[in-house]
Amino acid sequence: MVKLHSIKGGVHPPFHKKMSTQTPIKTPALPDTFVIPVRQMSGDVDEFKVLIQVGDFVYKGQAMIACDRCTLHAPTSGTITAIEDRPVPHPSGMGSRCIILQPDRKDQWHKTLYTPYPDYKNLSIDALLMRVREAGVVGLGGAVFPTKIKLGAAAQAGLETLLINAAECEPYISSDDRLLQEQAAEVIVGIRILQHVLQPQQCVIGIEDNKPEAIAALQRALGTDANIQIAVIPTIYPSGDEKQLIKIVTGKKIPPNTYSVASGVLVQNIGTVHSIYDAVIKGRPLISRVVTVTGNGITTPQNFRALIGTPFSHLIKAAGGYTDKAQRLIMGGPMMGFQMPSDHVSVVKATNCILVTSKDQLAYSTELAMPCIRCGKCAEVCPVDLLPQQLYWYSKSENIERAEQHHLFNCIECGCCSYVCPSHIPLVQYYRHTKSTIREQRQQQANAEQARKRHDFRAFRKQREKEERAAMRAAHKRKVQQRTASNTDKKAAIQAAMARAKAKKAALAAQQTQASNKE
Amino acid sequence: MEFKTDTIATTNRIDNQHIAAMMRQVVYALLPAVLTLFWFFGWGIVSNLVLAVGFAVLLETLMLTLRKRPIIPFLSDYSAVVTGALLGLALPSASPWWLIFIAVFFAIVIAKHLYGGLGYNPFNPAMIGYAVVLVSFPVEMTRWLAPMELSLAVSNLGDTFSRVFSLSSIPAWDGVTMATPLDYVKTNLTQDISLTQSMHEGAQFGFVAGKAWEWVSLAYLAGGLWLLYQKVITWHIPVAFLLSLSVIASFFWLIDANTYASPLFHLLSGATMLGAFFIATDPISASTTPMGKLLYAAGIALFIYIIRIWGAYPDAVAFAVIIMNMAAPMIDHYTQPKIFGE
Repeated sequence: MVKLHSIKGGVHPPFHKKMSTQTPIKTPALPDTFVIPVRQMSGDVDEFKVLIQVGDFVYKGQAMIACDRCTLHAPTSGTITAIEDRPVPHPSGMGSRCIILQPDRKDQWHKTLYTPYPDYKNLSIDALLMRVREAGVVGLGGAVFPTKIKLGAAAQAGLETLLINAAECEPYISSDDRLLQEQAAEVIVGIRILQHVLQPQQCVIGIEDNKPEAIAALQRALGTDANIQIAVIPTIYPSGDEKQLIKIVTGKKIPPNTYSVASGVLVQNIGTVHSIYDAVIKGRPLISRVVTVTGNGITTPQNFRALIGTPFSHLIKAAGGYTDKAQRLIMGGPMMGFQMPSDHVSVVKATNCILVTSKDQLAYSTELAMPCIRCGKCAEVCPVDLLPQQLYWYSKSENIERAEQHHLFNCIECGCCSYVCPSHIPLVQYYRHTKSTIREQRQQQANAEQARKRHDFRAFRKQREKEERAAMRAAHKRKVQQRTASNTDKKAAIQAAMARAKAKKAALAAQQTQASNKE
Repeated sequence: MEFKTDTIATTNRIDNQHIAAMMRQVVYALLPAVLTLFWFFGWGIVSNLVLAVGFAVLLETLMLTLRKRPIIPFLSDYSAVVTGALLGLALPSASPWWLIFIAVFFAIVIAKHLYGGLGYNPFNPAMIGYAVVLVSFPVEMTRWLAPMELSLAVSNLGDTFSRVFSLSSIPAWDGVTMATPLDYVKTNLTQDISLTQSMHEGAQFGFVAGKAWEWVSLAYLAGGLWLLYQKVITWHIPVAFLLSLSVIASFFWLIDANTYASPLFHLLSGATMLGAFFIATDPISASTTPMGKLLYAAGIALFIYIIRIWGAYPDAVAFAVIIMNMAAPMIDHYTQPKIFGE
């Protein structure tokens, strides 16, 4: 038994999970077009290598985009009809570069795909990292951080605990729950691969107690394996946040602004582990994921195994279409998700849920927000021990310095504060806005700094050139002067010689005259 | 299909309690004290409450109109009702209507709306109103009705009415008013009448503190505990407040019980309980960090004791709260909690 620890704060919103857990994960028919955003992972990348061109025929699983951290593959076979900016499911609401793929409906796999490693026991850490990168595995819990980077850091740092995150604490979402119910055995193999490669001292699966079927499936799949433990944790939002889950399962508090691997804990989402299984055992890249399509705006809420690039509208149609309550569209759950203006966006690796719901199930609009009365209910539920009421005050008054002093950037945007706020203030929205303002300002500052440096260097260069020119001129002048000086000397010498010659001549003439006179 | 997105509210709340519900709960929590006051002092408390709440709602509506704010949402947040009710309870029973009006005017118009309305007032509005009339009309503010059993009580409605609306300032107040226990003890001490003697001789003393007043204090305590149970307030402010006052009072009481009243006397006299659970806990003007709340409340307790014993006024909740309101931003600045993992 894993000893559990409590976390401070958190909330118990209505979870609405049953809505979508009743039926198995369905594979929808192929859509008419795939729209695949080029950028599908978080973190900085120097350069994306585009391996295809418009007009190319691609096979299913063929790599289209590659970088040193990750890869993006074609979800099905077909023709690339365009590479252009399209709306993408991203909080910024801005468009982004997308690959448009017209399926040929034959769904043919690429002939020379990655070599399957059914016997993962021979796998080295380097081989695993390579495979995870080339198979395009990223964190499917929502952060889409390249798994290769995370595993690489863990392998370097040495691992105490491998923690598998099956908490799935966000309301409405049941993709991990269904995946475990149906593929527990494969997930367990995925975990064993990680165990084999990373050699952690212990391995724990953290799962909330509101998923009894998934827990049972895990136990069946584990059998007598005592190397993997199941920690059934109480249902509380946000237990599935990485640092909160680590606290619950290990009692460790990961210091702010550090990664958990530095403290010897690696957390992997259950969906990610399943993709690692696919990548290693079957040699299949990450081209699909489980997506929960749910909410009272959906006729038959359920889970799909959706290919990356499938339009939201296609999945919603596959779920029986909209009900008359469909008023808001959200990617993700109701606590941390983002509202979308249209269903003409497509599933990306980060899409764990498409929530369509009536307005009354969600936040109040700002018109109805009352002033903050500093009651502190937000601080009571904040799992990171921030003072949301102060952050709100400083965010609203654009007092960036004080907002940062109050650890704005340690806010995990879980939304607990907004959830309990009796004044119905969309607090997290303010924090997101201030964060982006600060980031922009920093960028501007960096740009200005760069510009200043450039200007300074230019001025320095000009000055240097000027000085060099002056020096050159001076040298030249000196040379000329020297030359003129020596010329004068010569002239003088010549004149002197001439004068001497003249004098000699004169003397000679005089002697001759004297001599002739004597004669 | 296209969807509307909420301009700013993308954090999606599912269910919630509203600010109005919290304020209503505060009003409910005042009911035991209202009933106790009515039991001991008669209709004067009812006239106080009706007038104070009435003026508060009226002035709130006026100010919202002048400031072009939506009236219905802000009126139905019940904050004006709470301010009015607190003033009605804090002022002497059967106070004249104009006194109540001035107090409410300073509370709602000056202390609340001129500072930006709900959420922006640095000072507790009710206490500003109270302090203004306390300083301006000391005579009226010391006319506390005596408990009915001790006086020719103002027991019927008509009598109360004539007192409240009388324009002549000298109706027959003698015989119905009586110095409050805190006042009585303090005045006697200046005349070298020891505390023990005062408490022994004074008719206004009950078991440990003022007759009637000790029960009113217990009623506030009951209401306050209910607020704690309902999670409208947290334990920090009341506990730190009452604990600090007890510690300070015990210290001096142990030194000289003849001059310094017992901690129990201080806890159950004057506005201690009202202050601890209903006034100091006003979140807008209080400190907001957990540690800050403790310091803030301890500061109030300290000032209450200092003013009660060495100051010019018999009670001091209003002044103590206002002083600490001023200190709240600084306290918050220095008591920021450590964040997760730090």
